[in-house]
Amino acid sequence: MCLGIPGQITELVDLDLLVAKVDIGGVKRDVIITCVVDDEHPAEECVGAWVLVHAGFAMSRLDEDEAARTLAYLAAIGDMDAELEAIRNIADALERSA
Amino acid sequence: MKYIDEFRDPATAKKLVEEINRLTSGMFPSTSLRERSSPLAERSRSQPLQVMEFCGGHTHTLFKYGIEGMLPADIEMVHGPGCPVCVLPMSRVDDCVTIAEQPGVIFTTFGDAMRVPGTRKSLLQAKADGCDVRMVYSPMDALTIARKNPERDVVFFALGFETTMPSTALTLLQAHREGLQNFSLFCNHITTPATMRAILTDPDLKLDGFLAPGHVSMVIGVHPYDFVTRDYHKPLVITGFEPLDILHALWMLMKQLAEGRCEVENQYARIVPEAGNVAGLKAIAEVYETREHSEFRGLGNIGDAGVQIRSAYAAYDAEKRFNLQAAASSHDPEHLKCAEVLRGVIKPWDCPAFGKDCNPQHPLGALMVSPEGSCAAYYAYGKLAKRKETA
Ligand code: SF4
Repeated sequence: MCLGIPGQITELVDLDLLVAKVDIGGVKRDVIITCVVDDEHPAEECVGAWVLVHAGFAMSRLDEDEAARTLAYLAAIGDMDAELEAIRNIADALERSA
Repeated sequence: MKYIDEFRDPATAKKLVEEINRLTSGMFPSTSLRERSSPLAERSRSQPLQVMEFCGGHTHTLFKYGIEGMLPADIEMVHGPGCPVCVLPMSRVDDCVTIAEQPGVIFTTFGDAMRVPGTRKSLLQAKADGCDVRMVYSPMDALTIARKNPERDVVFFALGFETTMPSTALTLLQAHREGLQNFSLFCNHITTPATMRAILTDPDLKLDGFLAPGHVSMVIGVHPYDFVTRDYHKPLVITGFEPLDILHALWMLMKQLAEGRCEVENQYARIVPEAGNVAGLKAIAEVYETREHSEFRGLGNIGDAGVQIRSAYAAYDAEKRFNLQAAASSHDPEHLKCAEVLRGVIKPWDCPAFGKDCNPQHPLGALMVSPEGSCAAYYAYGKLAKRKETA
């Protein structure tokens, strides 16, 4: 819950609500980017940025090396598959219940 | 990708361990420290330095990489309560089950909380008994469920330290913006500095310093810890989750102790800005206010440690919506020693249930539920831990 997982912003979904698509280890999901947007980092320019995602919210920006390192670390401690699995399954379940 | 290995590079780790060793052996027994009336002056070789890693994520790293086994015997790691699932009292789980049992309710939660035992049952058992309990990855998923099920009452179980607080606060604000009538939060967030203060005033614990959580600090910044050095004269280093982060932070902490300094230092500056996350803190302040008392498993009631939803957003407060009475505090059954383990007074294997009727498949206590709980960590990596014990 507290570790978070790095992902890369691939597109802006909603500029008003600050929702972006983030690719997290190959799984795409909508993420709220309110906490990583400010005057220096406008939402319009966020595509391509690496962010640390906690519970569906981007909480910090990362450089690419840090993101790669964190992904490798999560894979090493074995937290990654379970987390990705959860993200994927829950996205599917929400989709199905539509 | 060359940086990836740098953080687990055995040569760097070895060097850091050597430096830590050098620093601690210089401290014991040190006349120069005594002369400087350092807090360490009273220590002797028989009393190792006690360093608490507050965060369950750090506990996990310590075990996974056998870091304790690398450290000199002069350093004892005390595992802190920084795993939100582990400090969840049974009475809160009971409240969750009570809400989930109401007709028409969809109860949503992070997966970690599903298996925490209550006095009656866990949420997983409630689900098996027919309640609509759903695991979500994000509080925003709960909002999606609420939009799709306007005739149902959707509740999200908001728990965790400051790391998850911006996400629930922003979700509530979004529900408010949309005017959603069927969404509420059952707020059980707790805050790190107040919990640390409770630990610092516990007479059973004599800590020499703290490793502070990286991702909580990413949200709250550096200064909320100032009281630890100012009022309690304990050095504190904010650190990341990589094994080398932790070794580096321990080295920084030992350096402070050896030099008689007492400061808040930030080893994890690459993620933790001094002022924290401004947008996140703004959302937290907008939605939450300090709660007078919060019950923690093992630590009892801690004043000002939890938050509740401000009255301006009462419509989204599950406590009000379901008219929850302040539940009587709950105690773990006598033979379960979760409270003592949580406070670092005993080790998990001193609990009679450890590894017998309490194991990760059938957790009796919350410390066995999450991989960040110290009982689960001792269970999974037990060999490493015991080697140190007998060394
Ligand atoms: S072994 Fe189980 S019952 Fe005993 S302290 Fe750990 S979690 Fe609690």
